[in-house]
Amino acid sequence: MEEKKASRRTERSGLANVLVTLRTQLTFLVSSFRKGDGRTRLSYVFMGFSNLARGQVAKGIYYLVCELLFVAYMVTSGARSVAGLRTLGTQTQHIEAIPGQVPKLIPGDNSMLMLLYGVAAILLVVWFIATYFWNVSSAVRAQEFQQQGKPLPNFRTEAREYLDAKFHATLLFLPVTGVLLFTVLPLLFMILIAFTNYDSSHQPPGSLFHWTGLYSFKGLFSNSGVLGGTFWPVLGWTLTWAVVATVSNYVLGMLLAILINKKGIKFKGFFRTVFVLSIAIPQFVSLLIMRNMLDDFGPINGVLQQWGLVSKFVPFLTNATFARLSVLVVNLWVGIPYSMLITSGILISIPKELYEAAMIDGASPFSMYTKIILPFVLFVTAPYLITQFIGNINNFNVIYLLTGGGPNSLTYYQAGKTDLLVTWLYKLTVNTRDYSYASAIGICVFIISGVLSLIAYRNTKSYKNEETFQ
Amino acid sequence: MSGQASARAKGRAVAGNTLAYVLLAVLCLIWLIPIVWIIVISFSKGVAGVPNYFWPKYGLTFQNYTNLFSNAGIKSGFYFPRWFLNTLLVAICSCALSTVLVLSVAYALSRMRFHMRKPLMNVALVLGMFPGFMSMIAVYYILKAFDLTNTLFALILVYAGGAGLGFYVAKGFFDAVPKEMDEAAMIDGATRAQIFWRITVPLSKPVIVYTILTSFLAPWADFIFVNMIMGPTAYKNYTVALGLFRMIDREHITTYFSMFTAGAVLVSIPIVALFISMQRFYIEGITGGSVKG
Repeated sequence: MEEKKASRRTERSGLANVLVTLRTQLTFLVSSFRKGDGRTRLSYVFMGFSNLARGQVAKGIYYLVCELLFVAYMVTSGARSVAGLRTLGTQTQHIEAIPGQVPKLIPGDNSMLMLLYGVAAILLVVWFIATYFWNVSSAVRAQEFQQQGKPLPNFRTEAREYLDAKFHATLLFLPVTGVLLFTVLPLLFMILIAFTNYDSSHQPPGSLFHWTGLYSFKGLFSNSGVLGGTFWPVLGWTLTWAVVATVSNYVLGMLLAILINKKGIKFKGFFRTVFVLSIAIPQFVSLLIMRNMLDDFGPINGVLQQWGLVSKFVPFLTNATFARLSVLVVNLWVGIPYSMLITSGILISIPKELYEAAMIDGASPFSMYTKIILPFVLFVTAPYLITQFIGNINNFNVIYLLTGGGPNSLTYYQAGKTDLLVTWLYKLTVNTRDYSYASAIGICVFIISGVLSLIAYRNTKSYKNEETFQ
Repeated sequence: MSGQASARAKGRAVAGNTLAYVLLAVLCLIWLIPIVWIIVISFSKGVAGVPNYFWPKYGLTFQNYTNLFSNAGIKSGFYFPRWFLNTLLVAICSCALSTVLVLSVAYALSRMRFHMRKPLMNVALVLGMFPGFMSMIAVYYILKAFDLTNTLFALILVYAGGAGLGFYVAKGFFDAVPKEMDEAAMIDGATRAQIFWRITVPLSKPVIVYTILTSFLAPWADFIFVNMIMGPTAYKNYTVALGLFRMIDREHITTYFSMFTAGAVLVSIPIVALFISMQRFYIEGITGGSVKG
């Protein structure tokens, strides 16, 4: 009870933290200006001036160059980019036909580029504001050093700091830049697109798209209409699939681990390697093989017919119910070895006394499994289980490579009976370019995974007492 | 009395083990069938489209393999040798880059204490919850803005660019390396950078191998991002995954299925060999990373 309250308090502080930090930064800005001498105050306008004037040339030039570059950028294109975010374009391209001349294409705005450049501009503005704050605090520090009569750290000592006390900044610079450029910027862009009408009938530059608020979400969640008529069944199947796939893989994988680790079984290494093969082979190879094996005219149907077990082919991947069963079964082939590896390690760590005590009490192997092994392993692997569940919600490969989401349904919009939300998202992106709906679906998947992860991570000990654990 | 009981127990154990062996053998068979099938078909003569049999009907041949490297294959737009080298190049570069990135992030978040640490970790957690394909199209437009589409360099950037987010396993490992060693080294006047290179890295062989392995294998398996970055005409810059995928799309499957099987086997052999030889590190990686409850 006490613990729960504590964790709730830290949750609430997320947004509050940001606000508090902002306020302290602003008060710092004001109070430093009051206390600052002329050179420090000048740094508020000419960044790096305080450092330059006090002999920290490299640092001063760095801030000054940052400012100049930023101003140049804002004047040439940045300001226009930010302003463009408001309208996302007003001029559609059109063909001007003057009698007697070849018709000319007059280029118009491109909403997509305007949005992309706008988001990039905002990220740059945020970066500049941060640099500005660093500039002020550096100016103040230079002043303080001078007032106390201490020598100012020169470029070399400060650079050396980045290999020691500030080593984390050196280490994180490249990765964070990469993530900003290839994850954060694209994600922000796509999240914003969910609130526009960037769909198949609004494709720039031919036509523009605009802000439409929650329109895409309303379309998806509506009970009438073909979009809602696709979203709810696909969501239902996604959740069913995730539950069944996770539980079946987990339980059967554990049984396999018990079997391999059973006392008296030889060639453990060999058996394990055979199953690990299915992890080692790239999924696009193994799953494409499976798809062809399960084809209506593939080898499995061929053999079944040859043996006279069926008279007509079994529609493994072409009938909705069969296809759903097939993907679940094939997913066992992919997933069991994985959970076998995970649970193997845990099984070995079960205290031997537990088994022995149960044995003396005359417990059957079945009750040993349900009463001892399962609870123990469940306890240890609960976070893993939730990660797997989220992984299955996002299990693109198995569905896309096996059935491609099919068999297609006439009542669905661009989706088939085995489509998960993510594969539907992919199809909407690639096939029909309904980006706004695809993004809205992405946000829904995010919310589902987010809620589940919160439950998973907040309740694990390693998250709560990270320091004590180390 | 007790002798009888122990004999009975022994008998039961033998019976249980036999049952376990039978079960394991059956399961192994099931797991191996698809693998054996594709190998067999890749050596079979006269395969047109997807065969409806498991065992070759018309004898064996190397033809499917030689086709992959012949001019006929290359003329039809399937540059398998070229794709293989492309993938190797991309895999080596992106693996080197992402390993450095992952280890840097993991070390900084595990060992250093700075005020942005927790927020950064939370942001990483949140970013990881968005489906990866959601940002795909935006990544494409960003690459296009830099005029990088249709190039292998773009692929390397995409694979390594987000690598910093995959730090969990490595961080978990660094967390378990005793801090006392760092402190002792610091007293001796070592800087953080020296500690990282001379103490932590040499001690972290399993997790480094795991990181290298996973980031090296990723480009071999991905066909989504390649498909997006390489337009329909950039055949020469495909990687094996996309190339093989294209071989069996609806318009090509009847002609190229046998070539696909040969290609799939050729691609799988080095990957599987690498994986099996390093499986110890892989197992340590996944179990260490996910079970720390």
